[in-house]
Amino acid sequence: MTPIPFDKAALVQGLYCILPELVVIATAIAVLLADLLLPERGKKTLCHLGIAGTAIAILAALSLGPGRIDGFSGMIVHDGMGLFITLTILVVALLTLLMATGYSEWEGTQKGEFYSLLLFSTAGMLFMAKGTDLMTVFLGLETMSIPIYCLVGFHRDRMTSLEGALKYFLLGAFASGFLLYGIALIYSVTGTTKIPAIAGMIGDLRLFGNPVFMMGVGLLLVGFAFKVSLVPFHMWTPDAYQGAPTVVTAFMAAGVKAAAFAALLRVTLLTFPALGPVMTNILWVLAFLTMTVGNLSALLQDNMKRMLAYSSIAHAGYILVGLVTVDVAGGQAALFYVLVYAFMNLGAFGVIMLLAHREDEGYDIGNFTGVGFRYPVLGGLLTLFLVSLAGIPPTAGFIGKFYLFSAAVKNGYVGLAVLGVLNSAVSVYYYLRPVVYMYMLPAQGEIPVPRPTRTAFSIALCVSAAAVLVLGIAPRSVLAFAERSILSLLM
Amino acid sequence: MTGVALLDQHLLSVLIALPLVGAALLLFLPREADGAIRKFTLLVTIAEFLLSLPVVARFDAAAGGMQLVERVPWIPQYGISYIVGVDGISLWILMLTIFIMPITILSTWSAVTKNVKEFMVFMLVLETAMVGVFLATDLFLFYIFWELVLIPMYFLIGVWGGERRIYAAIKFFLYTFAGSVLMLVAIIALYFHHHDVTGVYTMDLMKLYELTIPVKLQDAHVEAPTAGSVILAAVLLKMGTYGFLRFAMALFPVAAADWTPLIAVLAVIGILYGALVAMVQKDVKKLVAYSSVAHLGFVMLGLFSFNLLGIEGAILQMVNHGISTGALFLIVGIIYERRHTRLISEFGGLSKVVPVFSLCFMVVTLSSIGVPGTNGFVGEFLILLGAFKVHKWYAVVAATGVIFAAVYMLWMFQRVMYGKITNEENLRLADMNGREIAYMLPLLLFILWIGVYPQPFLRRMDASVNAYVTRFEAKKQAALAGSPAGEPMLVRYFDVKK
Repeated sequence: MTPIPFDKAALVQGLYCILPELVVIATAIAVLLADLLLPERGKKTLCHLGIAGTAIAILAALSLGPGRIDGFSGMIVHDGMGLFITLTILVVALLTLLMATGYSEWEGTQKGEFYSLLLFSTAGMLFMAKGTDLMTVFLGLETMSIPIYCLVGFHRDRMTSLEGALKYFLLGAFASGFLLYGIALIYSVTGTTKIPAIAGMIGDLRLFGNPVFMMGVGLLLVGFAFKVSLVPFHMWTPDAYQGAPTVVTAFMAAGVKAAAFAALLRVTLLTFPALGPVMTNILWVLAFLTMTVGNLSALLQDNMKRMLAYSSIAHAGYILVGLVTVDVAGGQAALFYVLVYAFMNLGAFGVIMLLAHREDEGYDIGNFTGVGFRYPVLGGLLTLFLVSLAGIPPTAGFIGKFYLFSAAVKNGYVGLAVLGVLNSAVSVYYYLRPVVYMYMLPAQGEIPVPRPTRTAFSIALCVSAAAVLVLGIAPRSVLAFAERSILSLLM
Repeated sequence: MTGVALLDQHLLSVLIALPLVGAALLLFLPREADGAIRKFTLLVTIAEFLLSLPVVARFDAAAGGMQLVERVPWIPQYGISYIVGVDGISLWILMLTIFIMPITILSTWSAVTKNVKEFMVFMLVLETAMVGVFLATDLFLFYIFWELVLIPMYFLIGVWGGERRIYAAIKFFLYTFAGSVLMLVAIIALYFHHHDVTGVYTMDLMKLYELTIPVKLQDAHVEAPTAGSVILAAVLLKMGTYGFLRFAMALFPVAAADWTPLIAVLAVIGILYGALVAMVQKDVKKLVAYSSVAHLGFVMLGLFSFNLLGIEGAILQMVNHGISTGALFLIVGIIYERRHTRLISEFGGLSKVVPVFSLCFMVVTLSSIGVPGTNGFVGEFLILLGAFKVHKWYAVVAATGVIFAAVYMLWMFQRVMYGKITNEENLRLADMNGREIAYMLPLLLFILWIGVYPQPFLRRMDASVNAYVTRFEAKKQAALAGSPAGEPMLVRYFDVKK
């Protein structure tokens, strides 16, 4: 075996390619070290350190630009798609950390490991989104997931938190197994784990119809389906979302979804066109089931966190509609929606975090009675985010759904589009229910006093609200960015 | 750019934006300053009305197309633009919308006492959305405004409505939203197919929409606050029929023609059903709500006659219905504020106690029936003429609806206004005050004006409706020549796609 020659230029280029990831990891380590040195009273600085690190990572990502940079002999790539998702994930992390300033103070998560776990998980997401090799994707997925298992169970003294963490961990471990097994099967047939190489071989080797290969792709799909909680692989979601510290729930719902869908997009857009209608039919059924089960289950929830958990499942279904079409229009709509979902979801979680007094019962919908007129800003913001989640103009949620369903209709999936819009109509019922409680029902007893807002928290909410409105009214440039991203992936 | 030039070139956009700006400014007024908030809102709506007058002045009655058009690319990579314009079809409906707003605001002076600020904000947002619906000439923009109407209306019904307001608000929202998202799919399909919009499509989705309009809104009507009802009757119902005229029929003429028998039957059923159900109502507001169903049946019958008389009659009747039914809801509101009941049996002999109110009520009732000399007569007469030309028997049956209308309206009027005063409380009723007279008078004026001299209104519709009918016929012929009639178009289109 000949030793691989040391290529300094390639190493530098590889490191440059993962610059944002490096910044995030460095920040995570810095937070851990600072935790040792800081006195108990100064722990607030940890969060600020995380915020600063994430902001620098965003700048680093922007400095890389939209051009393609290959790293580590094709294991990882920075391209337009990578940039779009990197920015999305980093914005999610930044908004989460901004909200964590307040949340940690109330709920006692002002700890070094809390922030560093968040940051390590972010780094995992970034690797996953940029991985062009199934091994990188798998490593990214694990780096993302393991810190999140810990974060879900961070409230050690609460049963719901522990229950959610255990469920998520057990099912997540299975999912990783499926994913890895799928990768192994694919490797056994193709002899490679590089996604573009596999895609190139499908036609040549007539892999379509090869049972081992198809099974490998199927298992891969199952692994991803767990992470984005597609029905029927969604069982963990409500419990994990409800049990997790709320700020983590918001982070998971937006961040994990962005990373996993990015990886899934890379796989589907490159390989599925050659695999014929079998795979897209499977996606069609998954999308339909996920939307419908998510929405119908959400109708019955009285706990806001649980309701938003089921709503998150439904939204995974909507995004999947953009993957069914396996074309540029669908992919770009899915990318755009992932970003939009991040803002509206984080915003909604942010407001209910302020309004709920304690974890668990604090999120009962009854607690929100009469809040609307008493606290007009919070009431208005929550209404805005819910209206956007329901997909009503002039919010970003509408534009996002419009392009998802347009892509479906364009490719002849009118049935799926009709099912999708009917699902949106159903979802209006549960999105407007909190509005009914906030504005229309007479308050019984005391109206809860919201948590005192911190500047950082207010900034996070304002940014989310502004993004929901701007992307709803002037989505032009971001849509164009999403389109270029998908095109760069297909090149 | 100077203010005048801005107004000159962007008149319609200013009309859309002004209420929204007003709503934004309203947010800065303190919550407790109810009086100032009311006056400010009234001022905004009056300013909007004054600004809308140049639209009529600059409107060229001889031109058939869109006028005062503004066009700005919005999402150019998808061919979506901000396009607004006005033509003879939308002109009067737009004017009605803007005209009815200050009247409605004035009527809420004493009716809305809690959360006045939010109420007024929602009213102004609603005005922007409604004006937008009637001005939008881009389907996407149209849809955005269409949906935007739902949110303020939902709050207006749900927060300031009557007993079962929450149920009504949710029902209103879900029904309308379900209808409109299906419309969205149609819009998307159309969007990808727009190059051969020679009518190769079906009314299927719209049919559902039509079916639900008359029946679904009953609860919303009855539970809505008076101001909500006025808007609902005066404008929102028009959005449905306007949508038919502007989009459904214009875009899918063959399908429209194919579905005419069904829609005409539904329209006639609507007329008779609305009238019969109205007849047995114990609650005045419900009676008026059901009479709306009958009126809209007339509008639909007129639209689907596809000729100048019928369509002009229908457009005029939309405006009439807005004025008359709006006025009726205001009348009901006035009486409800005094007695907190709307049951017919609670009243009787009011004409002696409140003579001014009685006179107003009389005129509005006659207009709603369609007595010659009032606006209702002109509209219904034109519709019946138009319908008679194409489907004779429908017109004949529909005409009996006019008789029914006379029966239920006059019977109700008689029970409320004449006879002995059976209830002590009615003896102490106060007559209409200055504010109430102030907002009722403009409505009465238009009832008589359109009734006696409708020419200025009809003249401005002629060119547009003529062009509409001609285009419709031409499109229909072209489509019929190219494809066999009556084939289910939706299926064919999507078969080709796959």
